[in-house]
Amino acid sequence: MIPLSAYVALSAILFMTGLLGVLIRRNFIIVLMSVEIMLNAANVNLVAFSHYLESMAGQLAALFVIAIAAGEAAVGLAIIIVVFRGKIATNVDQINLLKW
Amino acid sequence: MMYVLFGYFAVVSILSGVFTIALKNPVHCGLGLLSLLLHVAGLFVLLNAEFLFAVQIIVYAGAILVLYLFVLMLLNLKTEEQHLHKKYPFFLFAGVAILGELLIVTLQTPYGGAKGTASAEVVLQTGPSHAVGIMMFSDYLLLFEIVGVFLLGAIIGAIVLAKTPTPPTPKTDAAT
Repeated sequence: MIPLSAYVALSAILFMTGLLGVLIRRNFIIVLMSVEIMLNAANVNLVAFSHYLESMAGQLAALFVIAIAAGEAAVGLAIIIVVFRGKIATNVDQINLLKW
Repeated sequence: MMYVLFGYFAVVSILSGVFTIALKNPVHCGLGLLSLLLHVAGLFVLLNAEFLFAVQIIVYAGAILVLYLFVLMLLNLKTEEQHLHKKYPFFLFAGVAILGELLIVTLQTPYGGAKGTASAEVVLQTGPSHAVGIMMFSDYLLLFEIVGVFLLGAIIGAIVLAKTPTPPTPKTDAAT
């Protein structure tokens, strides 16, 4: 039996990977991909606790997280297309139109 | 056997995650993300979540990732020389420090709590997908409907955003 802390540690590592991706990458699409990594880390955590505490609630929460991720990807990529069409670069540090 | 499989899925998913945020070519990053999603799906099988395994592969690897790769190839991004922020060593250091603290905390915490009713034997009598479906359409019905409305809103928003405007808009060449 694999200890639960192994899954939680794996989830923490994956989450930090995604967070670092959001912080250090310049490409907008890669930033969105890093958000997907973070959502996956949360999913691993939820399903692991669901298995070890013998409850289905964690799996249901993970399902809804996947649905939210799908919506987020659709809207985020549409925003990227709009930004790219306006001849603004796809690097997050060059998109400063709304910056005060 | 469980340990070998868990080690394989864990190590490969972490490596794929690192590749996703470290590689220069965006398409390679997308393929790294694909590998990560598939190996996380393998972890779901180890955790007796067969329905989530199928959903992860069909929705994540099949739909969301194809959307990402589609947009990547539509925009035809060039591989850039400077793909990281200028101040990335600071963020890297902060991230590794926070990760170390997180690992210390997570590995020392004694986990436990009240067990639910869905033990492995109970679930395996009718099948995991059956258990998920029964719960989703009874206890979580309102949440299910809300997610449906949310997805409708996301679809409409994406279409409205990405639709070509009918009059040719004047070029907004600010912020370049």
